[in-house]
Amino acid sequence: MGLVVDIPLWGAIAVAFFLIVGASLTLIGAIGFLRLPTFYERIHAPTLGTSWGIGGIMLASMIYFTLSTQRFVLHEILIGIFVTVTTPVTLMLLARAALHRDRAEGNPDVPGKAHEEDGD
Amino acid sequence: MLPYPLLTASLILMWLLLSGFTPGQFILGTLVAVFASWAMASLRPDKPKIRKWHLIPKLVAIVFFDIIRSNIAVAGVLLFGRGKGRRPGFLTIPLEIEDRTALAVLAIILTSTPGSAWLEYDQHDRTVLLHVLDLLDKNEWIDLVKNRYEKLLMEIFA
Repeated sequence: MGLVVDIPLWGAIAVAFFLIVGASLTLIGAIGFLRLPTFYERIHAPTLGTSWGIGGIMLASMIYFTLSTQRFVLHEILIGIFVTVTTPVTLMLLARAALHRDRAEGNPDVPGKAHEEDGD
Repeated sequence: MLPYPLLTASLILMWLLLSGFTPGQFILGTLVAVFASWAMASLRPDKPKIRKWHLIPKLVAIVFFDIIRSNIAVAGVLLFGRGKGRRPGFLTIPLEIEDRTALAVLAIILTSTPGSAWLEYDQHDRTVLLHVLDLLDKNEWIDLVKNRYEKLLMEIFA
């Protein structure tokens, strides 16, 4: 580990491709996070990083270590699964806090709650 | 003996992925998984009832494809699509599914698909409030959630 091992050309191309795709999507997501005007639009940008951003980097890592150590290295898939499954938790927490604040302030752009505090 | 077979199996698989596929690790992982699922049983969560296993790969394939598509669409919006008729907005969709696991899966699908975010679910009305980055056609989004995901989820978790 830690050494650069020779891997076949097709493997190197695949690793580079997925790494670049994943890294660029994460970067685009970060740029969007910085540039979008409202909170509700901004929550969409990082999901690029948590879907194919992480997916691409994960695949690149799996291909590289599978080829360089000559055995299947699949545990990266767990990172992907856990990131995907836990993202909605933080996202909903943030979004509901923002909704609550906007409703308390009477912000007209935000839809009201159909049932006042009894639905939860 | 095993109150949550699916959980136990996933834990064993996770253990093996992390520590290597050897008989010794399998025994150790099985022990840990069995005790963990007993611990889980004392919390008494709802047991998910999966009726149609064969539809799960179909759902995974659909979601996989949609995530790629919406990644490209959202990356386009973030890089070039300022102005030009893009209109973000809120959307309330009535849902028919009630099963907690199915709702959780739907929330994961909609959240991990860039461009749509699950904000809150109203248990009383059985509606979900979504925020969509590019709300050009309301009906198209409602159709997507109701017919593409919800129908399939209702069949899987009947």
